[in-house]
Amino acid sequence: MKSEEVMEKKLVYGRPKALADCPMHYCPGCGHSIVHKLLAQLIDELEIREKCILVAPVGCSVLAYFYFKVDGCEAAHGRAPAVATGLKRVHPDKMIIAYQGDGDLLAIGTAETVHAANRGEKISVIFINNAIYGMTGGQMAPTSLARQKTATSPYGRDPADVGQPIRACELLNTLEAPLFIERCAVNNVKNTIKTKRALKKVLMNQISGKGYSFVEILSMCPTGWGVTPQQGADWVEEAMIPYYPLGNIRDR
Amino acid sequence: MAEKVLMKGNEALAESAIIAGCRHYFAYPITPQNEIPAYMARRMPQIDGTFIQAESEIAAINMVFGASAAGARAMTSSSSPGISLKQEGISYLSGAGLPAVVVNIMRGGPGLGNISGSQADYSQATRGGGHGDYRMIVLAPSSVQEMANLTIKAFDLADEYRIVVMILGDGFLGQISEPLTLPNPSGRSFNKASWALTGAAGREPHLVMSLRLSPEEALEKVNLALQEKYRVITEREKRFETYLGDDADYLLVGFGTAARICKGAVNSLRRQGVKAGLFRPISLWPFPHEELKAASRRVKKLLVVEMNSGQMLEDIRLALYASGDADSSPSSAEIDFYGKMGGTVPQIEEIIERVISYEK
Amino acid sequence: MARGNPEVDQERCKGCELCIGVCPEEILKMSDTFNRQGQRYAVCFEPDRCTACTFCAVICPESAIRIWRYAQVKGGKNG
Repeated sequence: MKSEEVMEKKLVYGRPKALADCPMHYCPGCGHSIVHKLLAQLIDELEIREKCILVAPVGCSVLAYFYFKVDGCEAAHGRAPAVATGLKRVHPDKMIIAYQGDGDLLAIGTAETVHAANRGEKISVIFINNAIYGMTGGQMAPTSLARQKTATSPYGRDPADVGQPIRACELLNTLEAPLFIERCAVNNVKNTIKTKRALKKVLMNQISGKGYSFVEILSMCPTGWGVTPQQGADWVEEAMIPYYPLGNIRDR
Repeated sequence: MAEKVLMKGNEALAESAIIAGCRHYFAYPITPQNEIPAYMARRMPQIDGTFIQAESEIAAINMVFGASAAGARAMTSSSSPGISLKQEGISYLSGAGLPAVVVNIMRGGPGLGNISGSQADYSQATRGGGHGDYRMIVLAPSSVQEMANLTIKAFDLADEYRIVVMILGDGFLGQISEPLTLPNPSGRSFNKASWALTGAAGREPHLVMSLRLSPEEALEKVNLALQEKYRVITEREKRFETYLGDDADYLLVGFGTAARICKGAVNSLRRQGVKAGLFRPISLWPFPHEELKAASRRVKKLLVVEMNSGQMLEDIRLALYASGDADSSPSSAEIDFYGKMGGTVPQIEEIIERVISYEK
Repeated sequence: MARGNPEVDQERCKGCELCIGVCPEEILKMSDTFNRQGQRYAVCFEPDRCTACTFCAVICPESAIRIWRYAQVKGGKNG
């Protein structure tokens, strides 16, 4: 007798449980949304939802804590690593995640970024680099590229006047304490999958109580850049990655 | 029998914070409060507490934000220019309803100023150096013993009302050594389980935030609740002391170190047959307006003595018109002012001379 | 060859079109109609050619795409 064949339907990619059900306010094609999804997936997979405290920045992701079913903490602009330090010192057993943009981490918050890393605070720092200040209407960021036109560099960023863009991973790589430093991107599927792997490492290092971990994620800002999401993804590939090379810089 | 110990004001304050259960302290060095971080750097590791010399006063107040959001008693200390840096953080703590103790050991200003003690941050403390409709409870110790006692009180008030409490000292109080009895813990505890960030296990997630973008009136509701809180605090938490005020003809009004000098002046004047007394506000916010008005009705003149340009005069004038007490008519007491700025110490002889001149 | 079906939540989709660019089978396009946000949304016009590679779901910023994979299983009523 011939056995019958039955088609079984299995869900292989769904909506992460740790992601709140509400719509996110990010623009179509924004890198924040993609990273939020990856982080929520990892919170599910690593089963850390009840231990997480997410520190939000000031910037487009100021409402990030609305989008995850975890405890959330505000931070003044640039001060997320300091707030995270206070939280982690009180709750060494909890997962303290600082999520920041380029103004928050590399302009006003440079001191807090460097010193939390230097002290080796056992936190996870996620840095979204989209080379612009999105929330306030598209001003120049410390990571905006030379000749990039923004609301406050209308003739293009002039390095002779305002300096070259800053590479956060390489900057932190001068410090002793950080365990893990990697730069990723979410402009295509291959890079997004690698981003998730790096994010997992960043979280695992805190789960095992080992130390400070940092991941920089190159992201699209279609609205800030004045392009379509796909054009934005292409610009990350063609313009950002040559200046901000992807890859692991430190993995102790 | 509690023993007396000899301690510097700054150190007595630090030890009392520990007695109050503070186990998380963050600060940046600045004169004349450096004894506090140095003391905490030694003591916190002994009791498994956290001491971090932060990268700036801004980082320190934000570490306090995090530790307080986590449900712990947290403190930072600084002096005038560093307190200016903390104003945004104080506003955020206030908007988020987080308890915290912030110590200002005042020095001469404005700007970099000098490292002498002064009282020139009264307006900043009581009128809010930070932005928005918020208040801090402001306590003004006048002795090393009070530096200790008011610290115990500060942590309780902060937790009870979920408010920032500022201990407004000055460089002299911070630096002098006096014998004191270290206070006992108050024995009060406060349950923070309904709001503290501890990981969302078995409950809905908690959010600590001061941002209320929408609906538009959400921020108004938060502000109305804050104002109600401040109204309750104004009713319950005024603190002041009078010294020989009942039969006084002239009332000196001063806080902190200025009040110590005034007390000496009062004693000297009394020996010379001049009936002087002292009214010493201990809570600068809420200010004891009605109580000062009542005291001022009995005297011919008030002499306000401050180590600043006269920042407390506004509250003195408000006091004379205060309407919260039984007799709502204003007091007609005259106000005189004796002040020294730039970290200069008021001279007791000049104060005595000024009061004696009233008799002529 | 795997078979799959991409299920797009048309109300969550913001029309960024990133999924269209990453689909190796090129079977995604934008809808002719609008969702309640006034936005065109992604639709799979030839689901039979879906290989359940999940590329579209990986890149989707809104977690709007769920991927079902079909697997043939032996066994039925007569064992």
